[in-house]
Amino acid sequence: MIEVSNLTIRKWIDFLFQIVGLLILFLALVTLLSLILDLSTKGLHRIDWAFMTHFPSRFPERAGILSAWVGSLLVILLTSFFVIPLGIAAGIYLEEYAPKNFFSTFIELNIVNLAGIPSITFGLMALGFFVYTLNFGQSILTAGLTLSLLVLPIIIVTTREAIRTIPQTIREAAFGLGASRWQVIQHHVLPYSSGGILTGVIIALSRAIGETAPLITIGALTFIAFLPPNPLGTDQNFYDWIFSPFTVLPIQMFNWVSRPQSEFHVNAAATGLILLLLTLVLNAVAIFIRFRFRRRIKW
Amino acid sequence: MKKNFVIAHRLGSYFGEILDLQIFIPSLFAFALLLVSSAAFSALPTMIKIDGSSTVFPISEAAAEDFQAQKDNKVKVTVGISGTGGGFKKFCRNETDIQNASRPILGMELKDCKAANVKFFETPIAYDAMVIVVNPKTKWISEITIDELKVMWEASAQGKIQNWNQINPKYPDVPLKLFGAGADSGTFDYFTEAIVGKAKSSRGDYTASEDDNTLVSGVSRQEGSLGFIPLSYYEENKDKLKALAVVGGPNSPMKTKAILPSAQTVIDGSYYPLSRPIFIYINQNAYSRVEVKDFVSFYLKNGLRLVKQVKYIPLPEKSYEIGLKNVQAGKVGTVFDGHSAIGLKVEDLLKKESKL
Repeated sequence: MIEVSNLTIRKWIDFLFQIVGLLILFLALVTLLSLILDLSTKGLHRIDWAFMTHFPSRFPERAGILSAWVGSLLVILLTSFFVIPLGIAAGIYLEEYAPKNFFSTFIELNIVNLAGIPSITFGLMALGFFVYTLNFGQSILTAGLTLSLLVLPIIIVTTREAIRTIPQTIREAAFGLGASRWQVIQHHVLPYSSGGILTGVIIALSRAIGETAPLITIGALTFIAFLPPNPLGTDQNFYDWIFSPFTVLPIQMFNWVSRPQSEFHVNAAATGLILLLLTLVLNAVAIFIRFRFRRRIKW
Repeated sequence: MKKNFVIAHRLGSYFGEILDLQIFIPSLFAFALLLVSSAAFSALPTMIKIDGSSTVFPISEAAAEDFQAQKDNKVKVTVGISGTGGGFKKFCRNETDIQNASRPILGMELKDCKAANVKFFETPIAYDAMVIVVNPKTKWISEITIDELKVMWEASAQGKIQNWNQINPKYPDVPLKLFGAGADSGTFDYFTEAIVGKAKSSRGDYTASEDDNTLVSGVSRQEGSLGFIPLSYYEENKDKLKALAVVGGPNSPMKTKAILPSAQTVIDGSYYPLSRPIFIYINQNAYSRVEVKDFVSFYLKNGLRLVKQVKYIPLPEKSYEIGLKNVQAGKVGTVFDGHSAIGLKVEDLLKKESKL
């Protein structure tokens, strides 16, 4: 008798957990959906070609977000260039090469701590180091480097987690056939764990694209009515654009939200939608790449 | 459809190959190194950098927008927001050409400027007024004296003054909820100097926000709330807020008469002491550049129109001319002794001798 009632209770708990899980999932989705809905009702009618191709203006109906979305895109591009190789390489080293001693434990501990540091602190550090010491100025380069440091721990930690899921037997099999450590990583560990790594990259870049505080600290602008120099232009160097001043979508949005006129609030809502869209597009690209990788792996 | 799929498929394998990671990671590394090592500077000579107060921002934004259009985008003007204090730090390090300031330069900032050998022109460009607002349900009050405001806001009120009847026995027993600008803003500095008598001296237990829209919604939610916000925010939210007329007291030109804020009462000086001029500061070295010179005269010649368009209160028309003449005559320095002059009229201000 006792056995049976115990089973019933456990089944009930099982069922209860399902319900709770579903409710929590629902809550998260409803929050996101209501946010999108709220932004849409306020700002969707404002989004058109002119909004995307005009610079900010004191007249809300003439204002656009060209400099902001180009700035956001370039900053994220530069962030990816720095953080993806650095993060993945660091993750590989810590998981596959580093000896387990006091020093590596110390590094690991610090990486985990780094993930918990408020973003404004990174902004202050970047202001002192990148802007003044290295003299990079208040540029896209500084912004890219700052955001790279900010999201580096996310990529390192997820890379390590992803690598850890590869069965040890696969490594041993490869070693057994005479592969070097790097060959094992290159041919087996990395391809098999790339799905998990890319998930980390998605999370990291999604966080970076919404950051405002550290960028304001390093001196991102609020009004800028020109684009960074075209790298293919004739009268400048290919790399000039990375030293250009910039603004990003969240800063433009924040500025419009804090204006007194409600027409600017509509612009802010529209900017929010574009920011959301940009995040989704970046994620979609990453998910597509991940999908390609997963299909090739069979064991 | 099928064609699209094929393209997507090819794109996919293309990315797949790039990401084969044998080439991908090393090439990313190489690119990153190349970027960092190419950190040789290309100066952007025709750029005018403006930074500072968020209160002044809309006016400078307007000037920058029109000036660039007039110059066919050949001159680039950028405007940042880092607050009056944060902006002066950059300005006194020679990092910006023009500084937006919602209060005069402070003594400490003057020292910084002097240390870096930064000389500057100071010119007022518009008025800003603070409005004392209450919740519209607060029917039993329509005017307030600066002494009553002082009782509410001074530092010693912290934790003690919590109810309207503590301020004046004729007010009902309603809890007092205060809203105001955060301690980093020039607005806060001016309000405390005008009301409490000492800049930055205030009680700490009020709802502080750098975003005036937050203050508006805070005050509009509950009876008994009181806050100070810029005039432009009150004008956009007249249906949600009630403005109080202010009795300026013995130093006011209107003595015991209560005055409501409006463009008129701000310009004639009768809305005392909560109206003030706001400024731009121009770096003298930068002014020797032709594009900065052009921009400053464009700014001051179009000042009246621009200020009206962004819904601020313009100075008397002549002030812009005098301001421009002062700059052109090379009158460097400030007319203030490192703190705000309460209730000073702009005409008098422009006549004062400036010093560094």
